[in-house]
Amino acid sequence: MDIHEYQAKEILARFGVPVPRGGLAYSPEQAGYRARELGGSAWVVKAQVHSGGRGAAGGVKLCRSEAEVQEFASTLFGKQLVTKQTDANGKGVYRLWVEAASDIAREIYLGFVLDRKSERIMIVASGHGGMEIEDLAEEDPDSLVRMTIDPAVGLCPFQARELAFKLGLDGGQVAQMVTILTACYRAYRDLDAMMVEINPLVVTGTGDLVALDAKMSFDTNALFRQQQVAELRDRSQEDPRESTAGDHGLSYVGLDGDIGCIINGAGLAMATMDMIKLAGGEPANFLDIGGGASPERVVRAFRTVLTDGGVSVILVNIFAGINRCDWVAEGVVQAYREVGLTIPVVVRLAGTNVEEGNRIIAESGLPLITADTLADAAAKAVAARPRQAA
Amino acid sequence: MAILITETTPVIVQGMSGRIGAFHAADMIKHGTNVVGGVTPGKGGSTHLDRPLFNTVREAVAATGAEASLVFVPPPFAADAIMEAADAGIRTAVCVTDGIPAQDMMRVKRFLRRYPEARKMRLIGPNCAGVISPGRGFMGIMPPHIYMPGRVGIVGRSGTLGYEAASQMKALGIGVSTSVGIGGDPINGSSFRDILELFEADPETDAIMMIGEIGGPQEAEAAAFARDHMSKPVVAYIAGLSAPKGRKMGHAGAIISAFGESAQEKVEILAAAGITVAPNPSAMGETMARVLEQRKAA
Repeated sequence: MDIHEYQAKEILARFGVPVPRGGLAYSPEQAGYRARELGGSAWVVKAQVHSGGRGAAGGVKLCRSEAEVQEFASTLFGKQLVTKQTDANGKGVYRLWVEAASDIAREIYLGFVLDRKSERIMIVASGHGGMEIEDLAEEDPDSLVRMTIDPAVGLCPFQARELAFKLGLDGGQVAQMVTILTACYRAYRDLDAMMVEINPLVVTGTGDLVALDAKMSFDTNALFRQQQVAELRDRSQEDPRESTAGDHGLSYVGLDGDIGCIINGAGLAMATMDMIKLAGGEPANFLDIGGGASPERVVRAFRTVLTDGGVSVILVNIFAGINRCDWVAEGVVQAYREVGLTIPVVVRLAGTNVEEGNRIIAESGLPLITADTLADAAAKAVAARPRQAA
Repeated sequence: MAILITETTPVIVQGMSGRIGAFHAADMIKHGTNVVGGVTPGKGGSTHLDRPLFNTVREAVAATGAEASLVFVPPPFAADAIMEAADAGIRTAVCVTDGIPAQDMMRVKRFLRRYPEARKMRLIGPNCAGVISPGRGFMGIMPPHIYMPGRVGIVGRSGTLGYEAASQMKALGIGVSTSVGIGGDPINGSSFRDILELFEADPETDAIMMIGEIGGPQEAEAAAFARDHMSKPVVAYIAGLSAPKGRKMGHAGAIISAFGESAQEKVEILAAAGITVAPNPSAMGETMARVLEQRKAA
């Protein structure tokens, strides 16, 4: 689960990371008021959306008067900000962060991630901040410093010092860096984060370290014990189809094709999408109905897939273990009648109670296309698409 | 003797009196698994499915000689249940639970390293379908009837895709020695490499079907192991060729976040290590059949 920059800064500041003074605004007038409140003669106005690359997309601006702050803010509110990390629809801007501008002498990249190889929290840092980590890894991989943390003892001060020296910090900056690293590690550990990123962490003209930008994402599996983090969820930043599906126990990811997929198991879902592609089609979505799916959940899956207006065929592929083919078949029949389907539906059932499931499909009298194998199902789904206009 | 479980392995179920635990424990018993008891804190002294229940894993091990445990405990308590099993002397634990926090798993892995090699517990999962040695016994949630006993080992992250592989092979008359689901989480107990090592040493396994997916470094690690340490042929398939970068595909671990984690890159790494990669998911069975045929001819 992602949160906004300003929320990440509030959290990290609580753990001891220095951040610039700033204020949140829900309207252009409030943005202007925030600038006045902060004082000074220069402010940075930043669109709060769950995405990186906001600067390049026009979501961040240095303003030199209160009027300029208000004017820029009024162009941002309600806008869909399209960055290179979002899809073509972008993310809606409903909150702005107005911050006192900082004097920047140097930029550092600092990230904390879960390293799957060592199965530990890993610090990734670079003396070249301001760039996205992907670009850094490509353009200047030698600048990256990596360090893993033993969960039994936590981040040791000597590790933090070593990292600070490797980044070329000196004097009082080393002690500041040790404080920042320790704070980030504690925030990561105590709040069940999956990622903490400060990019850039700047050295100001007076030699102090300040987190100019911050990003945090959290382990959704741990939200049950992180109530305060769970409350930071902002649904306006999520694909409504994905979050609604999630509320009903379905795992859904919208894609660009026209073949709607209803499948059980993440692996089989990915494999079915691969098979569709191989047969010359394009999947419209990834959808895993999960285990023990009731007929109602199957109906819900149909409704979810159909919220994508571009879907022209639906492919149901179930290999039931913990699921039951008869329940899935009942769900398919029910969905067909309730939802008023007009597009072709291909159904492939295998595993637990498959005979019963196939009998329900056959006796329904509905024009369902049945398939025996994965390959057969994908081929029939692709063939069932209405012919595209040339 | 297959790997991890046979008809003689004494198995306990942690969470056996729960609704889901009881359902699958009954299925395991029905298919010949040697279930010797269950653990539910507070229900010690009673019985369930005609098996004794215990308050702690330690008591269960002392009374029944259990060597393996199936963990059917909800996510907030699952990590603790796994560590309890390890401390009580269980040799193999299979955890089906989906949704364990990543940092809990980090702690579990660190905890397991406390024990000397000779009494260290092997963990399979979490978020997996389990382990089955067809016709002999199983610990998990898979439908046992789709498997035919035989001499090919299966190891995969995904449960349902493992079923798909087993059924494709069964249709071609190829049976399974043991099928292992290692689970879809970013941090899991046993890796592909760990299971390949067991299959390589198992006299009842001739070849291995390995089913990977996008995300994580484990397929590459397995490829290096197969190249350097294995005499038995490995056939692989990697799911997610059509998955976009940076989007999580159902499994917490199925997300392309670093170089070498896309399906295409993994396929190349596996092929370079001499592993036969099935071109698509419906060709897993026939690719295995071809490889076994070549073996026989050689």
